[in-house]
Amino acid sequence: MKITKVTLAAVLALTVAFTSCKPKDADIEKAVQAKETTGITVSVKDGVATLTGEVADNAAKAKAVELAKAEKGVKDVVNNLTVPAPVAVTPPPASMTTPMDAGAMQKVSDGLKDIKGITVDFAGDKAVISGEVTSANRMKIMQILAAAKVKSDVSKLMDKK
Amino acid sequence: MALQDKYAALVQSATNMGVANLAVAEKDGVLHVSGTAKSTADYDALWAQYAQLDPNMASGDLMMNIDIKANSGAQLKVTTDATNLNIRSTPSTEGEIVGKAAHDEVVTLIEKTDDSWWKVRTAQGEEGYAYAQYLSPL
Repeated sequence: MKITKVTLAAVLALTVAFTSCKPKDADIEKAVQAKETTGITVSVKDGVATLTGEVADNAAKAKAVELAKAEKGVKDVVNNLTVPAPVAVTPPPASMTTPMDAGAMQKVSDGLKDIKGITVDFAGDKAVISGEVTSANRMKIMQILAAAKVKSDVSKLMDKK
Repeated sequence: MALQDKYAALVQSATNMGVANLAVAEKDGVLHVSGTAKSTADYDALWAQYAQLDPNMASGDLMMNIDIKANSGAQLKVTTDATNLNIRSTPSTEGEIVGKAAHDEVVTLIEKTDDSWWKVRTAQGEEGYAYAQYLSPL
């Protein structure tokens, strides 16, 4: 009889412990959820808070964990939060914003110096090339202009016969 | 959008070649394309295609600012017509000539100073700036 009593008491105690535990988890969950930013889902089981969802960055992640830890009754925090992968941004072509200045003109003149039979003038934002060239040199000229990020006017550049 | 269509095949080729940081944008009647080609062969192929799409490259509607991948220490071949390539003390033809590299000679890249001038070292140990358009990464 003694054993039965003890067992009964133990079962009773456990039941009380469990039943008193359950609403507590739910309460903690509610409290933590209220503190966290939208997008984060909180679930609490046996005092362990699990955070899921996506946050903006690692700082937001750390902050979310800190908030959960600070809540009374939270024994531990499982951090399942994710941060979006960084999006690779390719900058627009630099030539779009390169001004036609003395430096650019100098680069064009420097490059074209050794190509015989042509003259270069600058009009507005363009290098105006005139004269006669071989097709190989024509390509070289265009490459030199592109490297200097200078627009071209080769309407007066003729093919060497 | 018309320009994007005109040069669509070129941009597609650049994409297929794996040109790094490929960027395409249209502004004031000029299509700007920039990026870094993996090799001199890719670069040459893109320019050949440009010449084909726009005969004599005469329209002035494409700014193809593509360079070739070359890190410090890369071997560069001098691609002048036949003459020597001047190596200068500063990145300008106003810089004093400190050395010369012969046609087809191979020099070493020290630094890409800008798109037009690169700092190089010759086999003889002369160091200075040479015009990038006459250097092709091997």
